Amino acid sequence: MAVAAAPVRSAPSPRAHPIARLVRRRLAIGVITLFLVSVVVFLATEVLPGNAAYAILGRNATPARVRALEISLHLNRGVFDQYWVWISGVFRGHLGQSLVNGLPVWGYVEPKIINSAVLVFVTGAIGALVGVTLGATAALRRDSWFDHVTSVVVLAVTSLPEFVVAIALIILLSTNVWHVLPAVSLLAPGTYAWSQPELLVLPVATLVIVIVPYIFRMMRAAMVEALESDYVEQARLNGVPEWRIVLTQALPNAIAPTIQVIGLNFLYLAGGVVIVEYVFNFPGIGQALVYAVDDRDVPVIQFIVLVLAAFYVVVNIVTDVIALLATPRRRIAR
Amino acid sequence: MAVSTPAGPAAQPGQTQPRQVQQIRRHQWGSVLWSAARTPRGAIGLGLASFVVLVAVIGPFVAPDSPNALVTLAFGKPSGQFLLGGDEYGRDVLSRVLNGGWVLLIMAVGATALGIAGGAAAGVSAAYLRGVSDGIIMRTVDVILSFPQLVFALLLLSLLGPKLWLITITVGVSHAPQVARVLRSATLDVSERDFVKAAELQGMRPAKVMWKEILPNLISPLMVEAGLRLTYSIVIMAGLAFLGFGQPPPAASWGTMINENREGLSLNPWAVVVPALLIALLTIGTNTFTDAFARVAIGVDRRPEEAALIDDLGQESA
Amino acid sequence: MSQSVTPRVETTAFQREVRLRVTGLEVRMGRSGPDVVRDVSFAVPAGEVLGLVGESGSGKTTVALALLGHTRRGLRIAAGQVLLDGIDLLALGQRDLRAARGARVSYVAQDPSSALNPTLRVGTQIREVLRAHAGVVDDAGRAGDRVAEVMREAYLDPTPEMLRRYPHQLSGGQQQRIALAMAFACRPSLIVLDEPTTGLDVSTQRRVLDTVRSLCDSYGVAAVYVSHDLAVVSGLVSGVAVMYAGRIVEIGSTARLFGEPVHPYTRGLIGAVPSPDRAEVLTSIDGQQPRPGRRGAGCSFAARCSYAIGDCTTKAPEPVTVAGRSVRCLRAYDIQVLQPKPLPVAPGPPAVGSTSTLSARGVVARYGSTPVLSGIDLEVPPRACVAVVGESGSGKTTLARCVAGLHSNWTGEISFQGAPLARGARQRDKDVLRRVQYIFQNPYTSLNPRKTVGQIIEEQLKQVTGLSRRERSAQVGAVLEDVSLGPDLLYNYPDQLSGGERQRVAIARALVVQPDLLICDEVTSSLDVSVQAVIVELLRRIQRERHLAMIFITHNLALVRSIAQSAVVLRQGAVAESGPVEQILEHPADPYTQRLMEDMPKLEQSQNNAPPSPRPA
Repeated sequence: MAVAAAPVRSAPSPRAHPIARLVRRRLAIGVITLFLVSVVVFLATEVLPGNAAYAILGRNATPARVRALEISLHLNRGVFDQYWVWISGVFRGHLGQSLVNGLPVWGYVEPKIINSAVLVFVTGAIGALVGVTLGATAALRRDSWFDHVTSVVVLAVTSLPEFVVAIALIILLSTNVWHVLPAVSLLAPGTYAWSQPELLVLPVATLVIVIVPYIFRMMRAAMVEALESDYVEQARLNGVPEWRIVLTQALPNAIAPTIQVIGLNFLYLAGGVVIVEYVFNFPGIGQALVYAVDDRDVPVIQFIVLVLAAFYVVVNIVTDVIALLATPRRRIAR
Repeated sequence: MAVSTPAGPAAQPGQTQPRQVQQIRRHQWGSVLWSAARTPRGAIGLGLASFVVLVAVIGPFVAPDSPNALVTLAFGKPSGQFLLGGDEYGRDVLSRVLNGGWVLLIMAVGATALGIAGGAAAGVSAAYLRGVSDGIIMRTVDVILSFPQLVFALLLLSLLGPKLWLITITVGVSHAPQVARVLRSATLDVSERDFVKAAELQGMRPAKVMWKEILPNLISPLMVEAGLRLTYSIVIMAGLAFLGFGQPPPAASWGTMINENREGLSLNPWAVVVPALLIALLTIGTNTFTDAFARVAIGVDRRPEEAALIDDLGQESA
Repeated sequence: MSQSVTPRVETTAFQREVRLRVTGLEVRMGRSGPDVVRDVSFAVPAGEVLGLVGESGSGKTTVALALLGHTRRGLRIAAGQVLLDGIDLLALGQRDLRAARGARVSYVAQDPSSALNPTLRVGTQIREVLRAHAGVVDDAGRAGDRVAEVMREAYLDPTPEMLRRYPHQLSGGQQQRIALAMAFACRPSLIVLDEPTTGLDVSTQRRVLDTVRSLCDSYGVAAVYVSHDLAVVSGLVSGVAVMYAGRIVEIGSTARLFGEPVHPYTRGLIGAVPSPDRAEVLTSIDGQQPRPGRRGAGCSFAARCSYAIGDCTTKAPEPVTVAGRSVRCLRAYDIQVLQPKPLPVAPGPPAVGSTSTLSARGVVARYGSTPVLSGIDLEVPPRACVAVVGESGSGKTTLARCVAGLHSNWTGEISFQGAPLARGARQRDKDVLRRVQYIFQNPYTSLNPRKTVGQIIEEQLKQVTGLSRRERSAQVGAVLEDVSLGPDLLYNYPDQLSGGERQRVAIARALVVQPDLLICDEVTSSLDVSVQAVIVELLRRIQRERHLAMIFITHNLALVRSIAQSAVVLRQGAVAESGPVEQILEHPADPYTQRLMEDMPKLEQSQNNAPPSPRPA
């Protein structure tokens, strides 16, 4: 009996704060993931059919030169040794040199990371804003023509591959219909993207178009669920004005799942930039990865993949923390 | 006075309608598919997808020229003989388009089937068997999922060569974790319900319980995932082809064509537009139909008046 | 034609003027759809509570929401007046209606855990209501005072720490009292309560009801209390309106209605409520309440009514005044004189044999590491029914699951027909599994939605016996008949059946393999009152005819009388008391049992001696 009348603990729970617990667990999984990824990347790049040294030297390969190159690339040691050399090098900042252009990997990749970062964060910010606004509006005007039209358009857009969207934008704005924007970037390698902002427009527009549908859908669904909920009905029956209900009762509850989708989309962008940068010749790490893969530029491949994986881990953690902050029920124990 | 009227409203006069005896198996996925196809979204989706599938399948047999023959000017404009003009080497775009779809379709279907089968087996077992197996399977899933699919695929392909079977397997394996997650959560839901416990009380062994009691209740999420995965398979594979990781040249493939003919956009856009359009129509079609199916399966298409009468018990009340 | 409720005999300081008068309320589905409720009229004086009683599908929640001018999606108010202190709420514009909601009329929902916003602190939520109605309290300081005042009235301690809590940090009873505080914050003239005590345990329920009554009395507030639980309602309200299929079929004072019900449905409902004082045969009303659009031209109850005559299916009855209350029945005058008397239950057959069918000693059960049961002893003699009674958290369901083998984390000894039982169902022999059958509480989840009724019932037969398909079909048909379901249901899927029918299929599934022991786990709790009676009567008959031993789990003490010979009362995992049913109910020895009996709402069937003059409508 009397479960309902049991006294509620007024002292805070003796267990660790849920946010700290979550961060710890995620970090642990993240470290393991990074480790596994590094192993996979390493093994994948090192089990090339044929000998890397031969591939690099090409026709200039004499046995002596091959052996010399092998030693300098540590190819003569056992697999574990090679892995250790590489991974400890990463931690110390010795990333090696690109096999293609001889530049130090960090110097070669760093401006590209910055460029892609600009792309990703600008896209993420615009996409989140647009998606949240449209989704909330559609939910508030549920079943209106606005809602129907946006839902159908969103459904169509979300099915399209990114490169189709990119091509469509190029055809529309660059080559065939209007000619207002450049189709490809002609940035010198090493420059930063914001020095010529018009080159950002099409890539950002493409990615924004690709991610907005997911955010829109989640926001709309979460808002609709909040607006149909019992507590909103109760607030209406209490005579609270509708605008206040939307702001103080519905939105806070709709935000948490939407944040998780926004986070997922940041994750998606880590891979999505690859195709978009390739299409627009945008000097970011996506493009660099494609070229490196084409040229089998091993050190560059390894480093870029690690960067992307680290980005994944960080975004996952941040997203989960923000979602937890937005859900009192999960962060405060009974 | 204790009143106990005989059962069966058919036995009494009055307003209640006689019960329909339905010998047909309702709720099997066939009938839900059919209802989905009858909604506006479902019909449009099915129509679009079928159209493109038809083009891809019949195409090779009706193409006017060989897809690899050099028959016209590079990026030549459309004419009476070459309806869509020429591509970067002067091959007939129409013929290449008609030949460029079926490989993509087969690979996409294969990858989807692989991903669904693997993911379903993993997810359902993890949820039903619980314990250690659940932990292992789901940790693996977490790790695989924490990595961009495209980059992963690129990595493998760059090193082992763009073999088509490898592409199919890679994409299939990259689908499996997501499918496993979705089906695991659906199975957790179902396996807690009393009728599964009732089956356990009858002494049914776990494998049989999963097959006979749980799986038939997972048809809806399974089919929705299949539809979504099919769409993504097509998207990813076309993207890989676009990046150069598809059928090696000079094969005609829609994704590759879009990339090859980009330079001549201002001269002959059709070489890019038509394959892009076909891919777009296919993915829009499959996604729209999946959406229609999902709505019917959850009952979203109920009229609001009826929805208003549903109370917490799931019974209808006023 | 509006009806009124006869007032209580005691007088208070307030004038008994009519606060709420509802006339001809009608709610329809969509633009031109069928009606959901129709011709609903009643009046409630200040300080009084009117009970609005009905089962699911009767329209009572629709009426409750309409009193605030609100409908669920897809419904609209088509006609009628809701006069609160002379002002018609249904005629107000949006702004005035919003101003009235929360301030002059407020609503308390059934489930407080979903009616309170999970991301706002409870103090904030109460203050939101005050803020929405400027002019109720003038400034922030006074608002804080009002919040504290209203929480104290709901027996909550208005400490800052309590105000800062989120809803999930409160118990069910506390949540409901916060909801009550919110409802009374602006001192409304009318409160509408929609089953606010569902899911609360008996003592908390009592406290909430007392709160409601004292608040109404002190402030002269009129209240409408919607419920399906007649016993709860009878202790609280002065007048009752019974709803069926969207209409009020009988309305009058509590004493009259429960003492001498006139309408056949009211009679059926009251007859279906078990009494703790006598073992009675419960009235079952078989069939289902017709849904909107299927209600036909005549009386909606005619198809299930034993007094029905030919006219009943063609002519819709209008309310007539009979014996001091208003009844909607063509035969009201004739029926009134025939008062049904409940039949006593014949005593069960004597126990046969000395070995108990089931014997449990020192059963200790856990969930993970949390103990749930601490040393339970239980004896079930052959052919006897033992009731296991307790509130939520008492462990009664866990005990049932241990016996059945659904829960294997237990120690102790459980023997079935002399032989010890293995912990979990997987370790038990198939024959043992066959002889111990379990019926689940919720008929909506205990049947596989992807199988037909025939397949569901046949499944275990297939596994355990070697019968051919034809023999199996015969068995299935026979058992369906035994539970009064027609053979035409064989090919139906569960979602085509009503709750009562589904539960009968579950019972048939258990019976088809000829068990020796039946474990019924709260099998009536998810069903409507009238359907409960059908199931209880069915179980009693089956138990007697087939000589089954039965363990009947319930939280409803009154029900125990009508079905069991002995009872065990559980409290927080231990046995508080056990013995013959009469002894437990009439002379409980343990203080916990005594308090349960006291707090349990009972249907007061006292006759009112002096007929007070009816109020003019």
